[in-house]
Amino acid sequence: MSEVLVVVDHADGEVKKPTYELLTIAKRLGEPAAVFFGSPEQGDAVAEKVKKYGAAKVYVIDDAQIKGFLVAPKAEALQQLVEKTSPAAILLPSTFENKEVAARLAIKIGSGLITDAVDVQEGGVTTQSVFAGNFTVQAKVTQGTPIITVKPNSAAPEESEGAGTVEAFAATISDGAKTAQIVATQPRQSTGRPELTEAAIVVSGGRGTGGNFEPVEGFADSLGAAVGASRAAVDSGWMPHAFQVGQTGKTVSPQLYVANGISGAIQHRAGMQTSKTIVAVNKDPEAPIFELVDFGVVGDLHTVLPAATEKVKERKG
Amino acid sequence: MNIVVCVKHVPDATADRKFEDDFTVDRVGVDGLLSELDEYAVEQALQFREKREGEEITVTALTVGPEKAADAVRKALQMGADSGVHVVDDAIAGSDYIATSLVLAKAVEKIKADAGADLVICGMASTDASGSVVPAMLAERLGLPQVTLASVIESQGDQIRIKRDNEGSTEVIGATLPIVLSVTDQSGEARYPSFKGIMAAKKKPLETWSLSDLGVDAGEVGLSVAWSQVEDTTERPPRTAGEIVTDEDGSGAGALVDFLASKKFI
Ligand SMILES: Cc1cc2nc3c(=O)[nH]c(=O)nc-3n(C[C@H](O)[C@H](O)[C@H](O)COP(=O)(O)OP(=O)(O)OC[C@H]3O[C@@H](n4cnc5c(N)ncnc54)[C@H](O)[C@@H]3O)c2cc1C
Repeated sequence: MSEVLVVVDHADGEVKKPTYELLTIAKRLGEPAAVFFGSPEQGDAVAEKVKKYGAAKVYVIDDAQIKGFLVAPKAEALQQLVEKTSPAAILLPSTFENKEVAARLAIKIGSGLITDAVDVQEGGVTTQSVFAGNFTVQAKVTQGTPIITVKPNSAAPEESEGAGTVEAFAATISDGAKTAQIVATQPRQSTGRPELTEAAIVVSGGRGTGGNFEPVEGFADSLGAAVGASRAAVDSGWMPHAFQVGQTGKTVSPQLYVANGISGAIQHRAGMQTSKTIVAVNKDPEAPIFELVDFGVVGDLHTVLPAATEKVKERKG
Repeated sequence: MNIVVCVKHVPDATADRKFEDDFTVDRVGVDGLLSELDEYAVEQALQFREKREGEEITVTALTVGPEKAADAVRKALQMGADSGVHVVDDAIAGSDYIATSLVLAKAVEKIKADAGADLVICGMASTDASGSVVPAMLAERLGLPQVTLASVIESQGDQIRIKRDNEGSTEVIGATLPIVLSVTDQSGEARYPSFKGIMAAKKKPLETWSLSDLGVDAGEVGLSVAWSQVEDTTERPPRTAGEIVTDEDGSGAGALVDFLASKKFI
């Protein structure tokens, strides 16, 4: 069986959930092999994690020559790994960075590329959600080695023991790939809440918060949810851009999405329309967001949310 | 110095966007416009020129697309670009990212030979396909540094510094011109064309190029040779109307929490 390369999503060696989702999907296409860009010392620990989800091999690519530059070195390293392993497909978590890695790799190895898949079936047919979530598209790579970037929450991770054999892969990075330098990095402070794109519940606030996100955050915490925001809230400087949901922010597809003081513009919908259950609190009964909801409250979020937070806490005891 | 801004003509995102029978995007039934995310790219090109008063800097707007796509270039000219290039050829219809980036790269090379291409600026994504991959592909094809998803752009001489939001951090990226740059909608509101700008645009040069002008073989582009094929498209069924309650004397919170509990979220 051919290998399917899965690029590991991690923060400093800490493997993130989308990796397990991709490994699960990879089993439908061949034998999963994880590709870890990071410090070689962390290779064994990463292998312990990913083998539980079926990784037969774990290619460890030392990122010392790679991490200081944007995208191009990673694409070069993957090209070399593809040449060596002739995989059946390459799967990457669909972040902006990985989409660009995939883009360059596609040109390098002469292969078709599909971005932002929300499902990949046996045979490599992908499902994408397009036009702000109004359409789904079934597509397939027809040239070369399929390169597919896959959105978080696209599969339920399924455990299965793989060999997890660690293999160091020495990539040669050209000077030409080291031309866009990362001069400085400022890690964002953790909020202690779940990651927006991975969370089962997302509670968002918009312009209707008037800049006071406390009711939104309080309600989110009572439910163990991530906090999101509309672009209007971000543009007003109330929330950092990392929390923006929508076309130019994050796409989320949680079990439950609660929109508060958000009108439901098409660009916002683009980031949340595929959520399983949608709830809104908005004081305008005509707000377009109500066309999407499973449950809606016409009311002022500043009174509804704090009261709801209390009630959730009571129920949870 | 010449700046090339890549602009895409897209179906209006607020209209009812659809697919054709061959699963390509319907670009006729829905009004088209310059992708809003490319307006930010035009804006940054113009600001770059304005900040460097005294230097001779020109801005060329470039599009690849059908007849009507020339409107995207016209809008860029109205905003303040100096000249425009429209690559149009029946063979291009249905091209995927790969072929589109090939045609764009060849056009940039041709512009470079005539006027220079020291800086190529793109929007962060198109508002129809939302792939965010063409800037990286362009950089790969042109062999230029890629500096993508910039929210703040600064430059001095041939040095560029940008700030951007990454997954878990904010980053500062540095590179030396020439580069391919993409900018986000955080980079600053795009200007509206002024009346003067609209009048002036009518006199600005807008060239139309075909594939043969670029030395691209028609067999390399278009739907039939795309490296990925759409097999089906399905309209998402409208969501079934949910229950809407009006909050009176605190009733809303109770109803909301009852609903969440009934769905096992609590
Ligand atoms: C190219 C482009 C990309 C974009 N990308 C995004 C994106 O990624 N994400 C995004 O969100 N937007 C995006 N937008 C912007 C989008 O078009 C809307 O402008 C934005 O989503 C509006 O945010 P909002 O709903 O918070 O504000 P508004 O539309 O102003 O709505 C505020 C809502 O709050 C309600 N309200 C007010 N006070 C209260 C109260 N006390 N209690 C309850 N409800 C109250 C109002 O009734 C109203 O419905 C984009 C736009 C463009 C052109």
